[in-house]
Amino acid sequence: MLEIKDLRVDLEEEEKSILKGVDLTIEPGTVHAIMGPNGSGKSTLSYVLSGKDGYEVTGGAATLDGEDLLDLEPEERAAAGLFLAFQYPVEIPGVGNMTFLRTAVNAQRKARGEEELSAGDFLKEVRAKAKTLKIDADMLKRPVNVGFSGGEKKRNEILQMAMLEPKMCILDETDSGLDVDAMKLVSEGVNALRSEGRAFLVITHYQRLLDHIKPDVVHIMADGKIIKSGGPELALEVENNGYADILAEVA
Amino acid sequence: MALPQMKAALTATRLDGLTLPASNGWGNAARESALARVREMGLPTRRDEYWKYTDPTSLTSVDAPEAALFHNDEGPLFDAVDRVKIVFVDGVFDEAASDDLSAEGVTIERLAVAMDADIHWAKDLYGVLEANGQSPVERPLAALNTALAQDGVIIHATGVASKPINLIYLHNDVASDVAIHNVVKVDEGASVTLLETGPAGARLSKGLEVDIAKGGAFHHVRAQGRDHERRAVTHCFARVASEATFKSFTLTANGVLTRNECVIDIVGDDAVAHVAGACVGDGKDFHHDDTVFITHDAVNCESRQVFKKVLRNGASGVFQGKILVKEGAQKTDGYQISQSLLLDDDSQFLAKPELEIYADDVACSHGSTSGAIDETALFYLRSRGVNHRDATNLLTLAFLAEALEEIEDEELAEDIRSRLENWLARHS
Repeated sequence: MLEIKDLRVDLEEEEKSILKGVDLTIEPGTVHAIMGPNGSGKSTLSYVLSGKDGYEVTGGAATLDGEDLLDLEPEERAAAGLFLAFQYPVEIPGVGNMTFLRTAVNAQRKARGEEELSAGDFLKEVRAKAKTLKIDADMLKRPVNVGFSGGEKKRNEILQMAMLEPKMCILDETDSGLDVDAMKLVSEGVNALRSEGRAFLVITHYQRLLDHIKPDVVHIMADGKIIKSGGPELALEVENNGYADILAEVA
Repeated sequence: MALPQMKAALTATRLDGLTLPASNGWGNAARESALARVREMGLPTRRDEYWKYTDPTSLTSVDAPEAALFHNDEGPLFDAVDRVKIVFVDGVFDEAASDDLSAEGVTIERLAVAMDADIHWAKDLYGVLEANGQSPVERPLAALNTALAQDGVIIHATGVASKPINLIYLHNDVASDVAIHNVVKVDEGASVTLLETGPAGARLSKGLEVDIAKGGAFHHVRAQGRDHERRAVTHCFARVASEATFKSFTLTANGVLTRNECVIDIVGDDAVAHVAGACVGDGKDFHHDDTVFITHDAVNCESRQVFKKVLRNGASGVFQGKILVKEGAQKTDGYQISQSLLLDDDSQFLAKPELEIYADDVACSHGSTSGAIDETALFYLRSRGVNHRDATNLLTLAFLAEALEEIEDEELAEDIRSRLENWLARHS
């Protein structure tokens, strides 16, 4: 589904290489996790894939079902089925959460040549999905993420994911700022979305999120490269021994 | 004191040979005394501090600069609202197009008719609130309006008005020079909503005087018309008694020159006065100026000034807003915010927020900002599939939202919001 080949990325503003040749293949229906120390390039990878400004791709490729992602505008990537759950979901005063969701859902449908959802159908769907994430009517009415707690923001990200039904979901440190209960709720939301045709890339510092969202493959990223890949046991190894051993091992 | 030579010459040129509209009653004296005020103050020039950021030349010239007519297919604003429609075409009352001047809880008369009477309550307000508002800052164009206004409406709310009154100002003559003056008196506990829509003329001078008695409420929603070349100078003078409410909102889209002045005197305790504006301007010819002066002269009153401007392609915006809290006006809660969203590097926003406070137990806050579209929010929206243009428009509307929230009536607010959406759709 997602195919990344020798992806090399610099910061646009300064001469600094962040990604130094990332290779990653994610098959439909699988969950991959990327772990790694601070500054290893995990978040940059998620931003570059979703099309954020400020990065310059100097080499390599990234495709989604064969389509070159790096050539597309962010909204085109979204319409192609890519979704990024932000580490820091953005507050947008003045835009109601419901308006935001509806605009996004219909924009993607339109881009794919599908009919827009009627107000009634949309409402029904959003209410049902919000309920499972314990998002109440008030949170739907309020401006996007404004005044939301850390947990509410992350639940709101998962609600967007559930409404947009993307093929490829990237979760950028979705566990940061979550207490145990919130992490459970968010993980349940993600697990409910796991399916044959959908893949996940979970970026995290800690093993604990992976207790809830069980990965098929775990990658360790350091200094802009994936240095080791393995099964779920690799995450446990990191949890117990830190990154030092693995870094030393590949050095 | 003699006027500076340039000002004296300008004033003489404008006033010489001017014929004031005539009435058969008290109107003549009111107009004459207003004209005397103009002669004494002289007309404004760029050298006046109060006109430093807005060039009044085209507002003081003898003839109105022409303004092409603007045709759109938007249909009338507030069309679904049950309202009393009163139509003026280039400042001239159009009886055939207007509804009967009546609604429950309120009496409505034309200014030109009311002025023919020997005795009328409006005599105690027409030009009176304007004259009071000439200090501490002179507003000669307001006095000129009082002297020149051909027509307008006189509204007296004696109870809760059963429906809003909508003054519809049409513009059909490319060279029309229009002066309209309205007076509103709200009795104790009474309330009325005034809607004003349309450009009115190539050049509009408009005066509005509002006197609200104890516990009364006046709501005002105005949309100034989209004719690109129109010019307007408007003045609103309000006197707000105890426990009374004054709320005014203005939408300005297009127009080469707009200067909206609002002068509010809060004279009774526990009163509320809000004045707000949303303005969208495109192009280097666009200039919009909000000038507000709110005086607190009573205890425990609240005032809000909320002004938002969206400027692109070299448009310019001005905000001059003042809160004056007089000695003894304790427990005043004053809020003032003026913000611009500059959609390119060529547009500019000039703000002069002022607070002058002589009481020691007050809470007054003010803020003024200029900024571009929030790139982080823009990316967030685009990452969810919303294209660049729609995301920008959504964020632009969001920026204006705080001003629109000042409109209490949901239906009116929705109509204004959809006008803005249309404007953004056409200009992006």
